Amino acid sequence: METASSANYLPLLMQIAVAAGFVIFTLFVTHILTPRINSVKKDDNFECGIDAQGNARFPVSIRYFMTAILFVLFDVEVIFFYPYAVNFYELKLEGLLAVIMFVGFFLTGFYYIYKKGALEWEK
Amino acid sequence: MGKIEDLETINGEGYQLTNLDKAIALARANSVWPLPFATSCCGIEFMATMGSAYDLSRFGMERMSFTPRQADLLIVAGTISKKLGPVLKRVYEQMAEPKWVLSVGACACSGGIFDTYSVLQGIDRIIPVDVYVPGCPPRPEQIIEGVMNIHELVKKESNRRRYSEEYKHLLGTYQIEIDQHGEAK
Repeated sequence: METASSANYLPLLMQIAVAAGFVIFTLFVTHILTPRINSVKKDDNFECGIDAQGNARFPVSIRYFMTAILFVLFDVEVIFFYPYAVNFYELKLEGLLAVIMFVGFFLTGFYYIYKKGALEWEK
Repeated sequence: MGKIEDLETINGEGYQLTNLDKAIALARANSVWPLPFATSCCGIEFMATMGSAYDLSRFGMERMSFTPRQADLLIVAGTISKKLGPVLKRVYEQMAEPKWVLSVGACACSGGIFDTYSVLQGIDRIIPVDVYVPGCPPRPEQIIEGVMNIHELVKKESNRRRYSEEYKHLLGTYQIEIDQHGEAK
């Protein structure tokens, strides 16, 4: 059996060099060989075939954000009911009171956002 | 199909020489990336052409490109209305050089049965077309033959053609302005 030495890895090193060299060579050569032609339309950013209109950076109404984030909040609340429903009998009265307290907090929050007018779409 | 055996070579002991243009053209012909611009029934035939029974992948064309920047071959399959004309023209203009156009079906070639006010009577009114495939719709075999004719054109293309005055003039006849020497704007 041969003794292990770093010289044994020379073929591996050569293979890595050839692989990397091929990639670099190809990248350079394609840039030289390919025809490059420009035009105003060709250098345009978008390629759907239709003129771009307006600007994407415009303010969006806060109501979209409010509705979306409140939806996520109450959606997560509903998710917590699933483990409770599975363990409904084991948790007994104590569990029921805990969930009522949990929902109570949420209802308080819901009353607050309702009074604040966060859910009013047209104002 | 272009095979490496078809290439004219000068063979010697331990070396093989060929023409750079021909080697590049052969490589290009075997890896044409199509951009399908399918608008109607011919598009369905084109799907069959891409499917397992006919399998365009045999020609190195399995990679459909849905951005014109990465495509070599624009396959226009279907009716092009006059309203869609400018869109098609812009998509063609934004394709990277070198580029070819395959017009599939009677509608793309000549407007077909839609001899009306709203339909473009052939896409060659707005962009240069390399190969026409007739039929309403053409069978996948016909589309493949059209593609093979494109391959023949690709193999014959000189690497300097896209820089030539003739090419600029050709695009000029379609009101396509190009800058053959400039940098990107």
